[in-house]
Order: sequence, then C-alpha cells, then structure tokens
Amino acid sequence: MELKDLIKPENLVYGKSRLLEEEIMHYCPGCSHGVVHKILAELIEEMGLQEKTIGIAPVGCAVFAYNYIDIDWQEAAHGRAPAVATGISRLMPDKFVFSYQGDGDLASIGTAEIMHACNRGENILVIFINNGIYGMTGGQMAPTTLEGMVTATTPTGRDVARNGYPLKITNLIAQLPGTSYVTRQAVHTAASARKCKRSIKKAIQNVLDKKGTSFVEVVSTCSSGWKMTPVASNKWMEENMIAYYPLGDLKDSVKGENVLEN
Amino acid sequence: MAKVQGAVVVDKEGCKGCSLCVEACPQGVLNLHKEVNSRGYHYSFMETPEACIGCSNCGVVCPDTCLTIYRVKV
Repeated sequence: MELKDLIKPENLVYGKSRLLEEEIMHYCPGCSHGVVHKILAELIEEMGLQEKTIGIAPVGCAVFAYNYIDIDWQEAAHGRAPAVATGISRLMPDKFVFSYQGDGDLASIGTAEIMHACNRGENILVIFINNGIYGMTGGQMAPTTLEGMVTATTPTGRDVARNGYPLKITNLIAQLPGTSYVTRQAVHTAASARKCKRSIKKAIQNVLDKKGTSFVEVVSTCSSGWKMTPVASNKWMEENMIAYYPLGDLKDSVKGENVLEN
Repeated sequence: MAKVQGAVVVDKEGCKGCSLCVEACPQGVLNLHKEVNSRGYHYSFMETPEACIGCSNCGVVCPDTCLTIYRVKV
C-alpha cells in the first residue's frame, strides 16, 4: 500500500491531543515535561474535563505550562502551588484542581505547603516532576540530587557529609493519612509512559471521587542540566535515578494498602 | 495472520531532534534526517517506511507531540 493511501483520518491511531496548543514548547529537546504535558492533555480530553479543570503552574521550567494546555490555569509563587490549589478546590469543590511542580519547587522551597496540603487531604492531584536538579536556573543541586551527582553547585559531586542525603519526599508523603494514592512513575520508554498515563488517570478519578490527595511523582531527565544527550539521559536515569527512586505504587488506599502497616 | 502497515507523519518544524523516537522504534524505522529544519534541528523521518507497524511507541515518547501515526491492516 502506498503511504498516501495509508495516511487518512480513518487510519489514525495516535495524534496530538486537541487540548495541546500549536505553540512549540520551550523545553529542551527530549525533556520529560513534554511527555507529561501530553499525558495530562490526553487524559483531560478523554475524561471530558476541559471545562472543569484548573491547573496550578509552578515556578521552574514548567512555569509556562499555561501556554501549552488549553485549560484554566493559575500561576503560584515558588513552592506555593499546593496552597493555591487548596484555596481553589475549597472555593470551587466541583472543579478538578491539580498542581504541577518540579523537585526544586515541591521538595525544597514548597516542602511545608506540600506536606500540609497532603496531610489535610485536600482534593487535589499533585504531579511532581523529579529530575534531581534545578533545571531552569542552570543545574544547581536540588534536595533530590543523588549522592555523588555533579551539578553547578556541587562540581565534585554531592557530598552527603556537607549536603545531606537525597530526599525521597514521595515516601514521606505516602505516610500521611490525607493521601489516597501515592505513586512513582517514569516516562522514559513507551511502556513506562503508558503505565504513567494509567496511574495519572487513576489519580484523577480519585480526586473526582473526593478520596483525598493523589500524588504522582514522575522520575524525569534534565539532559541540559545533566549535560548528556536525551538518549544518554534516559539511560543514566534508568541506571541511577530509578535505582534510588524505585518505580511503583507507594500507597493505594482504594486497595487498602498503607505503608505504615507494612 | 493479518499484516499491518503503519506510517508516521513528522511535523518537521516541531521536531527538536532528540532522537527518543528513533530509540523507541522496535522496527528501526525512524532516523534523524541529515538536513535540518528552520530552527537547526535534525528532524526525524521514516528511513524504512515499509517496516513500520504503526505501534505508536514513537508518538508516545515524543516530548513535542510532533508525530502522528496511522495504521491499516493489509
């Protein structure tokens, strides 16, 4: 069959979500943000939530998320996205509210906000992009930076005696009774991206069912900050990041699992 | 067994040449073009279109959503 006969609307199996704007994203080539944006846009479209969704954009690379997905957005001060999400979801309980944050935003500057929002069990979804570095400001050390990892502020590698240990904040959040679903995913392969989409879908459903806070960490790459090619970054992430931040569900109260009981 | 044939349409201007789709393709269909787009990136293209099975793995991993995938049973 000729390609021109094949390329017809009735044979379409995968295309750009209607909710994604035409604008080319400002992210570096191979950045995981693009994949997560795409998954969110697809799910919001598939679940028919476009008019109901309010996203909270963070400070960080994803600050321009409001330019890319055609839903309502609110920009928050650095790290304060869960506090803003709390206000919006309490004032408009019929809306689906999610915050989208990076590791510098969520695990460092906004630690208090995320901990208390999750502990209160606010009906919000939190997407946490963990690439172990402050990507936007030039690749400085973040709380999640791995031991020995070279960054702009740890040129000889992170030394735990001086800089402390990499923070597994998702494990801390899983212990809070306010959360219903806490999971850690990745989007570096087609299989993991599809799995991540299923997890985010479940998390959205939990929020719609008013089950408390759902928290999805996505272990990601920062090829510019790590100074590697996108393909090498994915490989490095698989060998190092996922070894320290293992993928899988940490808590799923729907199934009655609780890390405190394990 | 029914044979499937797929096709990938690349938005050349949207592609940033990260080559994640090239890695994700189980059939080795995609590669980066030796030419560049207006922003200077070597864009992805179908090097061996007859091998494509339309599995959409490339589309799923593409961060810039510049791949559209078609599939038909032949």
